[in-house]
Order: sequence, then structure tokens, then C-alpha cells
Amino acid sequence: MSSRSLSSATAAMCALALFACQPEKQQLRPAPAQVAVFGDAARESDIQPGGRESQPQVTNPFHGEADAISQGQRLFSWYNCTGCHANGGGAIGPPLIKMEWIYGEEPSNLFDTIVKGRPNGMPAWGGRIPEYQIWQLVAYIRSLNGLEPQSATPKRQDHIEATTETRP
Amino acid sequence: MKARAGAPLLVSLLLTSGCAVSYQSGLDPAGTQAARITELWWFFIALLGSIFIIVMAMTVWPLFHRHRGINQEPLEQRHSPSAATERKLTRVVAAATGATILILLALIVLSVITGRATAGNQVTGNHLVVEVTGNQWWWAVRYMNDDPTRILVTANEIHVPVGRRILIRGMSQDVIHSFWIPNLQGKRDLIPSRITTEWFEADKPGRYRGQCAEFCGLQHAHMAMWVVAEPPAEFEAWMAHQLDRAPAPSDPVTQRGQEVFLGHACVLCHAIRGTPAAGQVGPDLTHLASRISIAAGTLPNTKGNLAGWIADPQTIKPGNHMATVPVDSEDMQPLLNYLESLK
Repeated sequence: MSSRSLSSATAAMCALALFACQPEKQQLRPAPAQVAVFGDAARESDIQPGGRESQPQVTNPFHGEADAISQGQRLFSWYNCTGCHANGGGAIGPPLIKMEWIYGEEPSNLFDTIVKGRPNGMPAWGGRIPEYQIWQLVAYIRSLNGLEPQSATPKRQDHIEATTETRP
Repeated sequence: MKARAGAPLLVSLLLTSGCAVSYQSGLDPAGTQAARITELWWFFIALLGSIFIIVMAMTVWPLFHRHRGINQEPLEQRHSPSAATERKLTRVVAAATGATILILLALIVLSVITGRATAGNQVTGNHLVVEVTGNQWWWAVRYMNDDPTRILVTANEIHVPVGRRILIRGMSQDVIHSFWIPNLQGKRDLIPSRITTEWFEADKPGRYRGQCAEFCGLQHAHMAMWVVAEPPAEFEAWMAHQLDRAPAPSDPVTQRGQEVFLGHACVLCHAIRGTPAAGQVGPDLTHLASRISIAAGTLPNTKGNLAGWIADPQTIKPGNHMATVPVDSEDMQPLLNYLESLK
């Protein structure tokens, strides 16, 4: 490789390093739609009378955002989720790190569980926690199971987390 | 301001004390410890200021005085000083070096003496223990007492009796913060999973502002607090009132306000003693209306500011951990009335 092409390659690398990698923008002020409490809950089943219909997929607005995942972790302890679920390992509540989910692992399932509560002890948080924070909690819980992109998930947690073997 | 500072220091005086405000100034001590620090500071500035002026004078002097070698062509002729001049120069430089070392040593000794006098263990038997916990970005305050029912939890405002030693037990919930009330004492870092201590004593009544002095994140600049030094009788009255539960709502509007508070996310983080609200994440609001400021010294505590803060905390203090909680417009006024009633 000639020295000219080497230097132009170096210059290109530097330009890439400077401009290509943008840090994730931290969204400090939730957009109005995200503040609304208890948005339209997802349908829990795709079986229905009259045959299947395509329905819009409910997605987590914070999917893959590292900042939202760490906010979710903070809220998980602040709102005393740890009181029943410990740090995800489960105590008087079921563990949140697992392969089998009682009520589904989709973001919409987790959202509904938090908003509406579940029988045998899960409180209904709808109307108490702003919707954007519920989505942050959902992102955090999913990150414990490797369901969030690896690039957004902390590499080393202080708490327990699923090992690669148990990850689906 | 001080006669010993002298005329040559006028400029530095104007620069440092001219723009300082007395409620947050290390140059206007209101306590024994701060007074020692201020004395040290004046001594430093007098001594080092004089040295600076001497050095500057010696630099400027040769510019206006012809040296006998100045007529030479610098690069063509060599000028070597005589042996006598050489010896004289050596002596002068050696003396100056010795003086510098002595002065630095003296300054270090003085600093250490002042540090020991202000920071050492000063148990008096009658001291008040106040636990201060740094949070992003506010201060949790707990007045300790041998009787657990008289332990007082409050936030962002410390009342102290004049003339009584205060022991601050500093802790942090998240990152390193630094507790600093310039009028009363030097800085003390608050470090996670460690307890640091600091003593101070206020000599005169007044309101003194403190500020976090260790960069702690986005809202470091909006992490302030007030220390109110008052005569012992007034302090005891304040303490007795603060230990009371929150007053019960007295009319239908504040009653509705309490329902709004308990029915929204507020209740997840804040505590109001006397109600089911027992959140431990944010500041205790039992006597919110009695405080000078809200959001850790960010805004004066007025109804309008409180409304703005509840409606949109992320615009007033971007990045802070108060959730944006949607409150219907017809619920806002009762909520504010209720919070204003928490005298």
C-alpha cells in the first residue's frame, strides 16, 4: 500500500471516529404522549371470533435505549419492585429472570402486567406510575433476560442476571 | 475592609469581596471555624500578594535602569561577570531559594494548624448530630435524637441553634457530593458507603446558603441548601413544630388536594407524616410550606413556582429524577392548596 493511500485511509478512519459514532441522545423531557397515564393496553390474545385480524404491534418506545434501561433499573428499586421480586431472582413474587413467562415476555404483556396487576399479589400500577416510566421498567426487565439489544444492556451488572445458557 | 490588607491589595479586594454576597461568602464568617479559615485566607493573600508585588517590581526595575553591559553587541562580544559578581549572584539566588522554601513550609504548617483546629474532634457533650445525605440533586437531612420518636426528617434546609456545636454526619446515596456552607465551615465530601463528619458552630443568627462543591452530574449547579441559624428558643420551637405530623386538610378544597396527592405518583416517592404517603425516594414533604425554597434551592417556595415544578420539572431542572406526573388542570389547584397548607 502506498503511503498516500495509507494516509488517506487514516484520515477516513479519523473522520469516521469523529462523526460516525454518535452518543445516544438522552431524552430528559418526556414527550407529551409518553406522559399520559395508562395508554391503550395491548390485546393479550391474537385469537378472536371472526377470524384473525392483523393488529398493530405494540412496541416499547424505549426499546434498545441504554439510558431508559438504567432509569428502569433505578425505578425498579425506587418503586419497591425489589420488595417482592428481589433483584430479579424472585422472592415472594416470581423471578423475572427465566425462560418461561407466566403472562408472556412481549413488551405489551409486561406493560399490561404492571398496569393492571395480576392475581395473587401483583399490584395494579396503572394511574400511579406515568406511562413512560412503565415502559422504562419494561425495557429494564427485558434487558435482564437478554431481550434488549446487547449494545444497550450493561455488560456487568451489580445484580444477578441471566447467563448466556439460560437466555432464549 | 481590613486595614492590614493595605492599599496595594485594593484591586484583589475589590475582585474578591466586592462581588461576594454575604449569605454565601467565605469572607464573611458567621462561625468560629469559618473565622479561622478566613484569617488564614487573609494571611495568605497579604503575604503572597506582597511577594507578587516585590517580584513584579524587580522585573520592571531593570527595564528602566541601564546596565553597564547594555552597550555591548549581545551576540558578538562576550561579557563574563567578574568572580566577585559571580559570588554575589550565587549568594542572592541561594538566599531567595532558602526564603521560598521557608515561606512554603510556614504556609503548610499554618494550613495544617488551621485544618486541625477546624476539623478535629470537638465533642462538647451538648452537640447536635445532623445526618446529611447527598442525592442527585438534593439534600436529605435527619436530626438524630436518642429518642427515636424525636428523630426529624426534612430536606434541603438545616436549622441550627446559635452557639451550639453541630456535628454533620455526611453520606451519599449515589455519587460523591460535597457539603459546603462557606459562611460556617470548609468543604466536606459526602461519599457513598462512607460516613464523613464535620463540625461547625454559628455565632450569629442569619440565613446562609450552601452549595454542592463536587461535580455530581447534570444538575450539580442546582443543588443548594439553606442553613438558618437562630436563637436556641426559636430553634426549639421550630424543631417542635417540624416533629408534628402534617396538619389535616381543613376545607373541602385541601381535602381534595390530599386525595389528588395520594392518588397520583407523588405518593410513590414522597412522604407526608400523618398520611399513608411514606415514599423514601424524594424529599419529605411533611412541612413543605415552611421551607425557603423548592427543588434544592432552585426556586423560591411560592405557589406559582410549585405549580411550574409539578407540571414540568424537566424544564426547570433538566435531568432531575422527579417524574413528570400528569395532573389534570382541575386537580392542580386543590393539590397546590394542599401543599401550601403543609406549614
